[in-house]
Amino acid sequence: MVLRLRDRADLWTLLMPPTVWATHFLYCYVVAAVQCAKAGISLTAPEGGQAFAALGMVRPLVAAGTAVALLLIVIGARQAWRHTGGGFHDLPHDAATPEDRQRFLGYATLLLSALSFVSVIFIALPAFLIRDCR
Amino acid sequence: MSDELRAQQEERLGRVWASPPGWRYWSAVNNTEVGRWYTATAFAFFLFAGVLALLVRAQLAVPENDLVPAGRYNQLFTLHGTAMMFLFAVPIFEAVAILLLPTMLAARDLPFPRLSAFGYWCFLIGGVFVCGSIFFNAAPDGGWFMYPPLTTNPKLTGIGADIWLLGLSFIEVASIAAAVELIVGVLKCRPPGMRINTMPLYCWYVLIVGGMILFAFPPLIAGDILFELQRLADWPFFDPARGGDPLLWQHLFWIFGHPEVYIVFLPSIALLAMMVPSFARRPIIGYSWIVLAAIGTGFLSFGLWVHHMFTTGLPAISLGFFSAASEAVAIPTGVQLFVFLATMLAGRMVMSVPMLFAAGSLAIFVCGGLTGVMVAIAPFDWQAHDSYFVVAHLHYTLGGGMLFPLFAGAYYYVPLVLGRPLSDRWGKRAFWLMFAGFNIAFLPMHFTGLRGMPRRVFTYPAGIGWDWLNLVSTCGAFLFAAGVLIFTIDLFIGVRRRAAAPANLWKSGTLEWVGPLPAPDYGIRSVPAVSSRYPLWDQPELPREVAEGRWYLPDAQEGKRETLVTSVLDAEPEQCLRVPGNSFLPMLCAVLIGASFIGTAFHYYWSSLAIGVAGILAIMVWLWRGTAVIPDADDKDIGRGLRLPLYVSGPRSVGWWAMFITMFGDMTAFASLVFGFFYFWTIHEVFPPRLADGSPMGPGLLWPAVAAVTLAASWGAMLWARERNAADSPLGLRLGLLAGMALGLASGGAMLWAPWQAGLDPVSHAYPATVWVLLGWAALHLLLGVLMQAYCLARSLASKLTRAYDIDIHNVVLYGHFATLTGAVTLAVTALFPLLS
Repeated sequence: MVLRLRDRADLWTLLMPPTVWATHFLYCYVVAAVQCAKAGISLTAPEGGQAFAALGMVRPLVAAGTAVALLLIVIGARQAWRHTGGGFHDLPHDAATPEDRQRFLGYATLLLSALSFVSVIFIALPAFLIRDCR
Repeated sequence: MSDELRAQQEERLGRVWASPPGWRYWSAVNNTEVGRWYTATAFAFFLFAGVLALLVRAQLAVPENDLVPAGRYNQLFTLHGTAMMFLFAVPIFEAVAILLLPTMLAARDLPFPRLSAFGYWCFLIGGVFVCGSIFFNAAPDGGWFMYPPLTTNPKLTGIGADIWLLGLSFIEVASIAAAVELIVGVLKCRPPGMRINTMPLYCWYVLIVGGMILFAFPPLIAGDILFELQRLADWPFFDPARGGDPLLWQHLFWIFGHPEVYIVFLPSIALLAMMVPSFARRPIIGYSWIVLAAIGTGFLSFGLWVHHMFTTGLPAISLGFFSAASEAVAIPTGVQLFVFLATMLAGRMVMSVPMLFAAGSLAIFVCGGLTGVMVAIAPFDWQAHDSYFVVAHLHYTLGGGMLFPLFAGAYYYVPLVLGRPLSDRWGKRAFWLMFAGFNIAFLPMHFTGLRGMPRRVFTYPAGIGWDWLNLVSTCGAFLFAAGVLIFTIDLFIGVRRRAAAPANLWKSGTLEWVGPLPAPDYGIRSVPAVSSRYPLWDQPELPREVAEGRWYLPDAQEGKRETLVTSVLDAEPEQCLRVPGNSFLPMLCAVLIGASFIGTAFHYYWSSLAIGVAGILAIMVWLWRGTAVIPDADDKDIGRGLRLPLYVSGPRSVGWWAMFITMFGDMTAFASLVFGFFYFWTIHEVFPPRLADGSPMGPGLLWPAVAAVTLAASWGAMLWARERNAADSPLGLRLGLLAGMALGLASGGAMLWAPWQAGLDPVSHAYPATVWVLLGWAALHLLLGVLMQAYCLARSLASKLTRAYDIDIHNVVLYGHFATLTGAVTLAVTALFPLLS
């Protein structure tokens, strides 16, 4: 639905970048929650001198998911750039014409891509700043 | 066009859209009437909740006060929070949108006026039920977020918890109804030419907030179902001794609760986005940036819910994700404020009371935002959690983000609604009292909180540094209340003495100001084509042309209420939609459904069931008489030589969109129940629990398999029925529907029989309880589908559903897709998942 490259911008293409963000967020949350809840090491009875359950596969999984999410957002942004007509020369896209509607949607999608890109990195950071399931 | 013809047209329009006189006035469904009732009722609940807050502040004014006993105090703060959030903050959005959105879209009404009326009556009944409980000492008293195990224990919390759960579930249904109405309104009821890039920013906000409601409210409804099942039937979802977990409630509540903050914030900010350009006398700078900010905030707000749960012992890495999202949401929120500031700086600002409130709101909101960034950092939150610091923070965000913009909106839009302006002089006094009072009340609470005062304590000892801070807060609260009182008196009394407002008194550029004030019942005289974001600035002839009836739909020759439906992106005219007129049916349905909820709260199960069935029958009558009405002609000339169809079905019809959007919300509720299942899986080492022979507990495979096969067959029968109807074979349609009904019933029966024959006892453990809930949910959806197919069958027999007039079958098949998906996922989760463990 949102991944197919389209010549015509619409509300689905507009929602693609934040949808990728939401999916990535949910993915990170589930990966960490399952790992820390199911690690097999009780938080109150550490094994092998380890005080807390290890993050295990969380880091590589989050890294892979983040790479995929960022790639998708870049693809969305590239498509949005095409929809803007390849530039910002005729802002604010307020004419009641099909061209301006297309450019407006492209431009708004581009802005959302930037926000989603930054936010995806924000969300991924804790996986690399926190050592274990404490 | 002669003056005589014009007068006749106006007379006909006026007659068609008039509200009935006398007691039948309450059967009105016109958005102007329903919007006014809705706004007034929500405002009344605001005043009520405000009085509760004053009682709370009076009790806390001095240490060891005995004005209010502890139990009553618990009811006061619980009901204050509950009423402010559920009965004021969210409904006032719906109310204002129902009132204003059609004017901004130059629409005669929203597409489902009776649904708006139904939502209003649900809201009124549910709200009075919840608030009235305090007069019987039966109000909820477990805090507005109702944490178990306190609130699941009937010995510790009385009937109040049931009143909260059932009363508010009922209101949430109304919220979802309003969301459906508003989303379809924005997408399909714009005037010709108002493309997606030129619609007023308020519409963008309404669209996004409507979408957020669809994803935020259903998890709470799902949570309410689990909660009520625990309270009424002892199914142990939140009881750790039997495999449940109180934290599940916190998750479900805050998946709703945090987005809700933005659900109330965005529409209020949207009012600022309408008035800032008016007073800056220039178009908004960064229209696209506002769209970015609104969509970005809408999405990010769903990644914040755990920041209400930082102290529950979740792994730090989980907290990290939510902390990061909580920081990130400051970006789009800040963008909106900078856009407003930039527009104000670039324009020639005209100072006025609305702008005074707008400026005050920005100042207060920025303070709330800054403390928000502080409490978003988990270690700081561990210190501040459950203290008055949080109380201060949340009031600053809601006061600055929602309340002050709303008052700004009131001063701005009252002339549009009532035809007369509020007082400038008293407005300034009200503002300064409210602004000063607000800060005097809530600023000291940051310090009371940092000095360790926990929220929700009914009193405190003297001499530990909280005394004078609390006294100051109480003084501020009463000062604030004085400001609200001035506003209220001006709104209900003062405004009547004022002269009528001139048309477009603020010299705004958007369509709501196009006509004379007060607007007639039918709203706009004729529906114009627009070609600009600010048509009143850029198309100077427009008001005259509209008033002279030179545009579309200038008449109502057939005596029917009509409005325009246009395409989603480019607002190309698609249909002349006939909307239903005044009726008591929505009120009757709300009364019946409300009575069944209220009866359930008091454990009158059988009578509640009977009344609920009567309610469903009443809804059927409403649908039968008021929807998919076959018009007397295929199309109609709406003026300027444009002919539009009167009957449209499938994805081009508003009803199809409403069903699609409703089912989106329904799927969110279902996803929340599935989340509950997997949540239990993560917290248990062995899930599902093992039977004595070591095999996993579960509904078995045979009956779920039967359910799956009949489910697929039922779906196929429905598709076949639609296909036969398209081939003009009524017999095929009816046979298909009959087969679909029989198979649907068989599938639902098999879904319920499966756990029954496997001996799963829902009281024994959270696992069987969850399986029962999931299968019950799916079976209920199939039953609803059977009812809908029976309705289609009856419509076909009555020749109201034919090849040419096929709205019903399209919408029912759409429902069928979602119900089938619900059933398939349920069966996979309940029957196949145990095999994996």
